[in-house]
Amino acid sequence: MTARNLVTGAQNTWCPGCGNFVIQFAVKNTIQELVKEGTDPDRIVLVTGIGCHAKMADYLNINSFYSIHGRTLPVATAIKMANPDLVVLACAGDGDCYAEGLDHLVFAAKRNTDITLVVHNNRVYGLTTGQYTPTSPLGFRGRSTPGGTLEDPFNPLEIVLASGATYVARGCTRRMDLLQKVISGGLRHRGFAFIDVLQVCASYFNLSDYYDEKVYEIRDHDERDYGAAFMKAREWDYNSDAPIGLGILYRSEKATLEERLALHRGPGKDRAATIKKILDKKV
Amino acid sequence: MDEISLLIGGRAGDGINSAGMVVAHLFNHLGYRVYMYFDYPSLIKGGHNYAIVRASRDKIGAHRDKVDFILALSQDSVDLHKEIISKNTELIFDSSRVRAEGIGLNLPGILKGESAPPVMGNSCIIGAFARAAGIEWRVLEEVFTRQIPKALPLNLTIARRGYDASRECCRIPPLKNFPLPVLSGNEAIGLGLLHGGLDAYVAYPMTPTSNILHFMAEVAEAHDLIVFHPENEIAVIMMALGLGYAGKKAAVGTSGGGFCLMTEGLSLSGMNEVPVVIVMGQRAGPSTGMPTYTGQTDLHFVMHAGQGEFPRLVVAPGDAEQAFTWSSLALQLAWKFQIPALILCDKTLCEGFFSFTDPTEMIPEVRQDAPSGEGPEYQRYEITENGISKMLCPPAAGMVIKVNSYTHDPAGISTERADIAVMMTEKRMRKGATLAREIENLNPVVIGGIKDADQGILCWGSTLGVCREVATGLDLRLVQPIVLSPFPLEGVKAATVGMKRLIAVEENSDGQLAMLFARHGIRIDHHIRRYDGRPFSVEDLEARIREALA
Repeated sequence: MTARNLVTGAQNTWCPGCGNFVIQFAVKNTIQELVKEGTDPDRIVLVTGIGCHAKMADYLNINSFYSIHGRTLPVATAIKMANPDLVVLACAGDGDCYAEGLDHLVFAAKRNTDITLVVHNNRVYGLTTGQYTPTSPLGFRGRSTPGGTLEDPFNPLEIVLASGATYVARGCTRRMDLLQKVISGGLRHRGFAFIDVLQVCASYFNLSDYYDEKVYEIRDHDERDYGAAFMKAREWDYNSDAPIGLGILYRSEKATLEERLALHRGPGKDRAATIKKILDKKV
Repeated sequence: MDEISLLIGGRAGDGINSAGMVVAHLFNHLGYRVYMYFDYPSLIKGGHNYAIVRASRDKIGAHRDKVDFILALSQDSVDLHKEIISKNTELIFDSSRVRAEGIGLNLPGILKGESAPPVMGNSCIIGAFARAAGIEWRVLEEVFTRQIPKALPLNLTIARRGYDASRECCRIPPLKNFPLPVLSGNEAIGLGLLHGGLDAYVAYPMTPTSNILHFMAEVAEAHDLIVFHPENEIAVIMMALGLGYAGKKAAVGTSGGGFCLMTEGLSLSGMNEVPVVIVMGQRAGPSTGMPTYTGQTDLHFVMHAGQGEFPRLVVAPGDAEQAFTWSSLALQLAWKFQIPALILCDKTLCEGFFSFTDPTEMIPEVRQDAPSGEGPEYQRYEITENGISKMLCPPAAGMVIKVNSYTHDPAGISTERADIAVMMTEKRMRKGATLAREIENLNPVVIGGIKDADQGILCWGSTLGVCREVATGLDLRLVQPIVLSPFPLEGVKAATVGMKRLIAVEENSDGQLAMLFARHGIRIDHHIRRYDGRPFSVEDLEARIREALA
C-alpha cells in the first residue's frame, strides 16, 4: 500500500518505551497486509475508548470513532450492524474494557458480532497516573491503593470464553512477531475475535523482564477444543507466577449477529407505503 | 348526544387495554372521534386496571369525571370509581365477580358453555355493551373482524351471547364521519420517525416507551429497519451513535432512569456531531417513582443533561398528530444540524390512544443544505459560516472520516490548543444559532382556544388536549410551545401578544415551563400544578382555571 500513508502526522505523546508503539506497529502492519490482499482501506474503521491506547485513533490515518471511556464495543457492534461490509477493529484499554465497559465485552462475545477487539492490557491506569485495574495482581500498590489492592484480578480469557467469543487469543508487546500473528488472525476471523495483549507500561507498571521470563508460544494445543481452551486460559491467573502462553487459545465458527439480523429485516423500502399500510390497519 | 364516556375495568391480565381499544373502535366506526386513557399499576397479574374511553363529535385528548357506562370485570371497577358514577351511569358487569345494579352477565357460565378461555369474557361484555348502547350488531361484527383477527368466530359467538343477554338502554346515534386510524402516542412517534427517514431503532425496555420498541420490532418484520434491544441504555445510545456514524439514521427510546445512563452518550453526540434522536417518555419520579403513572418533571433535565455546552433540539408534542409531525421533524433536524434531538413526551401521550388524521401533507420540508466539503482533503469538522460541516460516512472513496469525543481540529484529531478550542466551540454555537432561526419557520408555538382572548392558558406536552378543551369552553387563549430548546422566543412573543393574564398548567411541582418562560422575560400570573401521577380531567382543570381567574 503506497497510495495512503497510514500515519497522520499527529504528534505522538506516548512515553518512551510504551507498549502501545508495538501494538500500533502490529495493527498498522496487519492493515497493510489486508490492503495488499485487496481490502479497500476506506472500508476499515477503528474504534477506540479513552486512555493511552486510544491515541491510535489520532495516529492512524484511517476512519475512526474516538469514543468515550468503556464504550468501544457498542459503537463497533453498531458500525458493523449498519454496514457489514466494513472491517471493524476496536482497541480498548483494560480499565476501559474490563472495568468501565465490562458489560459490553460480555455481550459482544455473546452476540458473536463480527468485529475484532484488541485490549491493550497494561494492568494499570496510565493516563490517570497509576491506579489498579481489574487485571492488576493482588496487593498492587497504586495511587488509590497505597497499601495494596484488596481484590484478586480476574482472568479476561475465561470471561470471554464463557461468554461465547469465537476467537480468543493472547499476545504480548514483548513478542512482536506473535502479536502481529494473533491480530492478523483476529481480523480475518468471522465472528467476535478477542485478543488480550499484555502490554508494558513504561511509567507505572513495567513488567518487561517479568514477561520476558514467563511468556512462551502456545504449541501442540487444539484451538478447536473448548475444554482445552479453558485449561490453557487457567494456566496463568493474572496473579500468581506461572508460564504465560501466547497465541490462539480458541477458535470456532458460529453465525454472527449481522448474519442473524439480516434474516430479521423486512423487504419494504417505501416508507410512505409502510406508513399507509399500518394506518389502514388501525382504522 | 354529542359525546359518550365509558370505563372498563378488571384485573391485570384481563386484557383491559385491548378491550378498551375495541370499544374505542366501536365509537370510531359510528363516526366519533375517540380518546382512551389507560390506568394500570406496575404488576403483571391482579391489581386494578381500567381504561376510560371517551368519544365525541370533535377531536379530544382528555377524559371526563363522569361516565355513561361502566363495564366491570371486577368489584374494584365499581367500588374504586364511585365518584365518576352518576344516576345516569349504566353498569354492565360479570355477575360472578361483581355485585351491582344494572346488567349482570354470568360470564363463567357463558364461557364454559362455549368452551372459551377466560380472556374472552371481554368479548361478552363488549357485546352486552353494544346492545345497551343501541349499536347495531353489524358494527360490532365489522370492528371485531378488523381488531380481533385471532379466534374471530368464537369471539363473535361469545359477543353475541352478551348482546342477546343485554337490553337497550339508549341509542348512540351514528355520525356521518368516516372512521379514522386510532393510534397510541407511541405509535404516532414511531410512524413519525419512520416518515422522517429512520433506519434503526435501539432501546432497552422502560415504561412508558417500551411500546415504541415493540411497535418498531413489528414494523421491521415487513420494512427494512434495524431494531435492536441491547444490554442497557448506555449501549443503546452508543449503538445509535455507531449506527449514525456508519450512515444509518437512528433513534432511541427511554424514560428518565434510562436517560440518566444515556447522558454521557448525549454529550458525546454534542461533541462528535453524530446525530441521534432520543424519545424521552416522562413518568412520575424521582427515581423509580410510580413507573406506570405520568408526569412532566424532566423538562429541565433534558434541556441541561450532559456535560459541556452544545446545541440540542427539544420538542414536546401534545397529541398524536403533533407526535407524528415533530418526530419526523426532530429526526430531519437532528441530521441536518448533526445534533442530538429529544422528543419529550410522557405516559399520558405515549400510552393514550387518539383518533389520528395523517398530517403528512402539512409537514414542512427540512431542506438539507449540503455544505461544500470541497478541498483537497475531507475534514469532518470543516469550519463553515453556519457551523454545519459535511457529514460523510464510511466507506467514502479516498476519504478518512474521523469523529472524536476529545476537543478536535477540523480533521477530527485531538487537540488541547486554546485557539482551536475556541474555534470549535464557536462552530457549535453557530450551529445552535442557525437551528434557532430555522425553528422559528416551523410553527414551533401553537395558538389555540379563542385566539384573540386577552387571558390564556400556557401548557406543554400531553396537557394540550385537556387545556385546549378548557380554553375553548372558558373563552381563553391557549399557548403551547412545541419546541422548548432552542427557545422559540419570536413565536412565543407572537403567541402571547396582548395577553393580560397567563395561567401555566403543568404536571410537576416546580413549574418548570414557567421558569423557562421567566428566564426569557415572560411573566406567568398563575400556576396550576399537579403531581399525583394522574392526568387532569376536563372538569378538574376547568375548576382550577375558574379559581385562578376568580
